[in-house]
Amino acid sequence: MTTTIEKPAPAPLPPSRPSPGRRVAATLLRWWRSLTAMRTALILLFLLAVAAIPGSLLPQRSLSQSQVSGYFTEHPDLAPVLDKLFLFDVFSSPWFAAIYLLLFISLIGCVVPRAIEHARAVFAAPPPAPRHLHRLPDHRALDTSLDGAAALDAVEEELRVRRFRVVRRDGKHGPELSAEKGFLKETGNVVFHLALLALLLGLAGGKLWGYEGSILVTEGDRFCNTFQQYDNHSEGALVDAADMSPLCVTLDDFKAEYEENGTAASFTADIQYGLAGSASRNTTIGVNSPLRFDGDRVYVTGHGFSPVFTVTFANGDSFTDISAPFLPSDTATMSSQGALKLPDVPGTDDQLALEGFFAPTGSVQQGVLTSIDPRPLDPQVALFVYEGYLGLDSGLPQNVYSIDQTQIDRGTLERVGQANLSLGESTTLDDGTVITFSGLKQFAAMQVSHDPGQVWVLGAAIAVLAGLLGMLLLRRERVFARTNAGSGGAGTVVTVGALTRGSADTAPRFTALTDDVAAALARRARTEENPRS
Amino acid sequence: MINESLAATSDALFSVAVGLYSLAVVAFCAELAFGRKVAPARELVAAGGGPVAQAPSADEAEPARARRWGLVAMGLTMVGALVHAGVLVTRGSATGRLPWGNMYEFGTAVVLVAVVVYLVLAVRTPSLRHIGIFVLAPVVLSMVGIGLFLYASAGPLVAALRSAWLAVHVTTAILGFGIFFVSGIASVMYLVRSRYEAKVAAGEAPLSRIVHRLPSAAALDRTAHRTVVFGFPIWTFAVIAGAIWAESAWGRFWGWDPKETWAFIAWVVYAAYLHARTTAGWRGRPSAWINVVGLGVMVFNLLYVNMVSTGLHSYGGLK
Repeated sequence: MTTTIEKPAPAPLPPSRPSPGRRVAATLLRWWRSLTAMRTALILLFLLAVAAIPGSLLPQRSLSQSQVSGYFTEHPDLAPVLDKLFLFDVFSSPWFAAIYLLLFISLIGCVVPRAIEHARAVFAAPPPAPRHLHRLPDHRALDTSLDGAAALDAVEEELRVRRFRVVRRDGKHGPELSAEKGFLKETGNVVFHLALLALLLGLAGGKLWGYEGSILVTEGDRFCNTFQQYDNHSEGALVDAADMSPLCVTLDDFKAEYEENGTAASFTADIQYGLAGSASRNTTIGVNSPLRFDGDRVYVTGHGFSPVFTVTFANGDSFTDISAPFLPSDTATMSSQGALKLPDVPGTDDQLALEGFFAPTGSVQQGVLTSIDPRPLDPQVALFVYEGYLGLDSGLPQNVYSIDQTQIDRGTLERVGQANLSLGESTTLDDGTVITFSGLKQFAAMQVSHDPGQVWVLGAAIAVLAGLLGMLLLRRERVFARTNAGSGGAGTVVTVGALTRGSADTAPRFTALTDDVAAALARRARTEENPRS
Repeated sequence: MINESLAATSDALFSVAVGLYSLAVVAFCAELAFGRKVAPARELVAAGGGPVAQAPSADEAEPARARRWGLVAMGLTMVGALVHAGVLVTRGSATGRLPWGNMYEFGTAVVLVAVVVYLVLAVRTPSLRHIGIFVLAPVVLSMVGIGLFLYASAGPLVAALRSAWLAVHVTTAILGFGIFFVSGIASVMYLVRSRYEAKVAAGEAPLSRIVHRLPSAAALDRTAHRTVVFGFPIWTFAVIAGAIWAESAWGRFWGWDPKETWAFIAWVVYAAYLHARTTAGWRGRPSAWINVVGLGVMVFNLLYVNMVSTGLHSYGGLK
């Protein structure tokens, strides 16, 4: 037995189903159109503004690593979540990049067709006159006794004097004239937007091929431009350490000057600089005046004091005039903190360390040393002396400006003395070791920066500004004129109309133009009547 | 170094300027009080005539008394602006430097620019005089706030500010800010006035004498736009000049320092405003709101970034 199952009649196909390829293309085109719409660009601009806000409200790694760590300690629950959202690296986060890349794609989609159309328009003749000139925002009809061609001659001359490009046609509605000027407005628009793209490219190039390194240099010391020597450095993905310019800098002298009321007046560093292996030159750099040399810039970004000590052991061995930079904790008074570590004490396995507080102008109240002036008028140190194991070879990185607290907690490092010393004073430990505060040097925090993109960025920024001025301050004007026979066949009526973009108050200019045209028409009419005069 | 008597003169002039501006506010109020009563019947015709209806010109039949008060207010504002300029001139000669080295001086200069922009607008377009009270009242409030909370005594510049770029970067930032200040007020007035005009057109007649005397919504919108068109390139230049200065002062031309970030946000917002004015669906009230947001960003950038956050632009001189 067989049963025949009636197949349902096939549903009628939609009239003409486009192929999948076409549909994808249509969808993509629709997306492209909505991405390049002005509305989208506006929303992306807003997103960019909003996205930048957390970068200024939350601490950023690029600005201060220590503030970010501080935030982690203060908000142990919230911080890891924020970190997952890149909120401590907003300006290098994928979502920030997504917004500005979309914005720039939208901008390209908007400005490139506009640039092409503008380029065509520059070489094309002005468009034909619209049919109804009296519907233009500015228009006026002038009567003249001249014939049509002579009247248009007069209008053309007036417009050419005003540097319009003029074309004449025999239109459907009578002889007509079209004139145009002010292409620079649209040129400015195109330049502005293209220059923004160039600026972004320059910025990206600078990030990829640029680097910077910073180092503390004590007076008399020298450093060279290699990553091994810097205390901190950051570099772009495409930086090749071998290509770094072999610049070397010696800090001869650092000077800080202050006004009477304690305001910092100037910080200057006398340096010698030159490429490794060639003669060096002397110069002075300071705040607002870096050294620019061979594509690199050398800055003084901070300063501080390095107290100098002489340590003499009981057996007569000594370290003479050794120093370490003490970091300022308050730039108003230059009170500073630091440590001097002596891992190789002769004749014993014990290591020695001095940790303390430095005041360029010290004042001791109830045994506590504070600084009251940023100038070294009365330098004093408050020292703790430690003996034992410093943990320098433990494999863990150590802060050079303080001793390792864990060694003290473990009891491997022991405090063996403390003293407040003025310049030249000494203290003697129980084991006979004498520590003398023997001198003072200054150090400068120096930074070497290399950014091959910044000249491009500057050029692009100037182009941005020039384009902006052209776009906002110039106007594009189109003037049309047509002649018709006057009423009753006598004379001619010249209708003039104008369309201006980029200016609100066009009436006075249009009146001035048409007044001049009317005067020119009258002049010609007179000359025609009395050709000899 | 600091000429103390000149510095004291400057501080005294500051109080005089605030006093003159306050009197100007009173005179503007008097002008409103003596102004013509709103004539609803005429008003309906005038405002219903179309979106570009001219201001139902208050000048046409303005009572002489109101007119006199208006002129007194303008005169007081002008004298106030001269004294206000004197504050900065004496400060500058007392310290022997440009008088915009801390927040007090910066804020004072911004407000002066705003007053001058208003005066220029009011002289060129007399109907704009009627936004006077809405400019002068915030001016008085700002001046009092600046005097109370931002005051810093005359002193030398910190080392970082001793550069020719101070004259370029800070001066243009002040100009831009002062221009945006007036522009933002024009947009707020536009928002108020356009709602009024819509109600009038709908047949309701909200008889608000103050709003009635404002320039037309179209004129306010045009003023807001033209001031932004004037201020935006100046602000762009200020940001670029700041980047050039930062390159020689801080080792990089752009580093997303909080002040830089907010200057960028303000730039983006004003760019959005200029685009919105030519985008269908964004003209009118939405774009006016953007301009108001822009002014909010500028004020936030001055107050929050200098007083709350920490960054490289900490030259406020606040203790």
